Amino acid sequence: MESIPIEHSLILASILFALGLIGVLTRRNIVFVLMSLEIMLNASGLAFIVGGARWGQAEGQVMFIVILTLAATEVAVGLGLIIQMYRQFQTVDINVLSEMKG
Amino acid sequence: MIILFYLAAVIAILSTVAVIVQTNIVHALIYLILSLLAVAVIFYVLGAPFAALLEAIVYAGAIMVLFLFVIMMLNLGQHTRDEERSWLSLKGWVAPVIMSSVLLVQLINVLTQYDYELVPIRVGVMEVSVLLFGPYVLAVELASILLLAGLVAAYHLAKK
Repeated sequence: MESIPIEHSLILASILFALGLIGVLTRRNIVFVLMSLEIMLNASGLAFIVGGARWGQAEGQVMFIVILTLAATEVAVGLGLIIQMYRQFQTVDINVLSEMKG
Repeated sequence: MIILFYLAAVIAILSTVAVIVQTNIVHALIYLILSLLAVAVIFYVLGAPFAALLEAIVYAGAIMVLFLFVIMMLNLGQHTRDEERSWLSLKGWVAPVIMSSVLLVQLINVLTQYDYELVPIRVGVMEVSVLLFGPYVLAVELASILLLAGLVAAYHLAKK
C-alpha cells in the first residue's frame, strides 16, 4: 500500500478551515455564514481522521462521530434561529441584528 | 490510491471556494454537498470507511436536506440573489482574505516541519464500535444528551 504524506492531508484540512473562516468573515447572508461554519467543523473532523490514520487507531473516528453530532445539533439550533429571525425582520442580512431592542 | 487522494483534495478545495463566492444559495448548497462527498472519498482513502459512510449519510444527506428545507421555507428567490450580488463587494473581501492567508501560511509553516509518512490501515466498524461501547461510552451518552438538548431548543425556537 502506498503511503500518503501526512502534512499534505493536514494542509488540506487547514486550507478548508481557512476557506470556511473567509466565508464566515465576508458573507452577510446568515445561511452562508452557517454553511461556512459547517465547512470549518468538517475540516477539523478531517484533521482528527488524519491523526487517527497516522497511528492506525480508531480514536480519530470516535472523535469524528462526536464532531458530527455537534455539527448536527448546531445546524438544527442555528436553522431554528434563522427561521425566527426571518419571521421578525423579513431578511437574512446579519447587519439588521446589530441593534439590540428591549 | 494516492492519485485518488490528490484528485479528491483538489475537488474539495475548488468546490469549497465555489461555496463561499456563490450568490445563488441553492447552487452553493450543491457545491457544499460535492465538497463533503470529496472529503468522504478522502476518509475512505485514509482507511476510515465508517467515517466516510457517516460523512455521506449524515453530512451530505441529513444536514444538507435540513438546509434545503429551510431555504425552501424562507422562499429566497431572485430578489435575494440580486441583493446578495450587491452585498459582495471586492472591498469586503480584501481584509478577511489577507488575515486568513496569514493564518494559513503560519499553519502550513508549522505543519511542514514534520515529514511523517502515513500508511493507511483499514480501521473498520468493529474497532470503532468496540471503542464507542467500551472506554468512550460516556462520550456517547454526552452526545445523546446534546442531541436531546438540540431537539428541544430547535422545536422551541422554530415554534411560532
